[in-house]
Amino acid sequence: MSDLSLENSLSKRASRGRIRAFDTAVLTLLILALWQAIGSWTQGVAISPPFQTLAYLFDLFRTPMFWDNAWATLYAFVMAYVLSSLIGLGLGLIFGVHRFTGEVAEPILAGFYTIPKVTLYPVVLLIFGLGLSAKVAFGVMHGLVPMTLFTLGAVRSLSPVLIRTAKVLRLSPVRTMLWVLLPACLPDVVNGLRISFSLTMLGVLIGEMFSSQRGLGFLLVNGMAQHNVPLSTAVVLTIVVVAIAANTLMLRLGRQTAHRAN
Amino acid sequence: MTRRRAALLVRIAVLAGLVLLLEICCRTGIIDPLTVIPPSDMVASMIEHVSSGDLDESITQTFSTIAIAFVLAIGLGTLGGALLHRWSRLRDIVDPLLASYYSVPTFIFYPLLVALLGLSKAPLVVLGVLSATPAVMISMLSGLDGVSPVLLKLARVQRLSPARTLWWIVLPEALPRLFSGFKLALSYALIGVIAGEFILSGTGLGYSISFAYQSFDNRGMYGLMLFVLLVAVIANGILYVWEGRLARRRSAG
Repeated sequence: MSDLSLENSLSKRASRGRIRAFDTAVLTLLILALWQAIGSWTQGVAISPPFQTLAYLFDLFRTPMFWDNAWATLYAFVMAYVLSSLIGLGLGLIFGVHRFTGEVAEPILAGFYTIPKVTLYPVVLLIFGLGLSAKVAFGVMHGLVPMTLFTLGAVRSLSPVLIRTAKVLRLSPVRTMLWVLLPACLPDVVNGLRISFSLTMLGVLIGEMFSSQRGLGFLLVNGMAQHNVPLSTAVVLTIVVVAIAANTLMLRLGRQTAHRAN
Repeated sequence: MTRRRAALLVRIAVLAGLVLLLEICCRTGIIDPLTVIPPSDMVASMIEHVSSGDLDESITQTFSTIAIAFVLAIGLGTLGGALLHRWSRLRDIVDPLLASYYSVPTFIFYPLLVALLGLSKAPLVVLGVLSATPAVMISMLSGLDGVSPVLLKLARVQRLSPARTLWWIVLPEALPRLFSGFKLALSYALIGVIAGEFILSGTGLGYSISFAYQSFDNRGMYGLMLFVLLVAVIANGILYVWEGRLARRRSAG
């Protein structure tokens, strides 16, 4: 009997997986069709059609010029991402544990989150000069706040039982942090890391688009300026694919950690 | 309540202290005036620029673009959300798109939009709509999901017409979540339009800031920047207060 129900649920899961795969295929086809339609409707003036873009992208992958720019973006992004996650995690823990500081800081952070930070980019340029550090600083400006807010929320919503248990067991502060706080906050921290990832990327790319001589953002604007439509479409495609892949991966990771935490 | 007030007072004190510190650092030359100008000069420059009337055209241009994008995003988003809620099969298909939509920096489509629609208001509106609509759609979906089945059964028992069910039952239930979507939509539309103007455009406030930066007019740049940020903060603040009031009225009634 139990074997039967197990088999039943297994086949149900398999069929659900099949339905999901079918949905994904339909969605991909819809997007490709829309892309093709816009491409052929404008006769490739603004967007080059899918197959042409893919062919161009394969050629582009063989040029050192592309990798040069991609590495420049990646380098700035990784630096900005590491900085914003570590600082955000630290600030979030402090604001979460020390309640009053958190209450003072949270609305300021939330307000900063909603303003158009692009307008501040010239200030960043004036302070850091043209180049890598300005891009990194701008990426951190975008990614730091969500990381801090997510960590803060996670620490604040911890059930007090956990902390009391740690006290009863006489865990040292470091062990409390490692064995109690961090595992309990992990799902929210992973969520914060995910949001912070995409916003840091946005910051770095905007920095490159506005004034930079290297990077994918530069390549995109440059392709536009030189009427090299396949180039700008290929760069957009690369960025979109990387962003979606990273997001999907981290969503899955977040779900796993949430599952384990429960 | 007193704790909240204390936090508010400390917050104001911290912000005022930071502004004062910046002012002192700029006046004493610790910070180079070519990098950052003193806050008092920023305010003076903002008042000069706004009252001189040179900016009137940019201001109307930018805010009308934001308003069009915001209204379109709300209309399309609520409609789209309602449609997806109605046809769950369609929702299954679109769901992964909605889940990963905001991980893609929508802004990178802007150069393509400019190439597609020309350097005008249109690509800015489309960019604003593209970045704001999914937020409304997601909040509409979660608002509709939150309407408890008991209430819908009640509506059926009372034999309410679909329009009345919508007006008396579904809308009041879904409104708080929908409103938080509107709030997000406003800030996304604002960010999208101003960022677009800033990177690639011939008019508007974002363009004026980048023009001032490129012509080394620091004073003008800081004045304009302060103006844009103030407007953004005030617009978001109004919606924030309104949302709080809605929530309170709901919990009271």
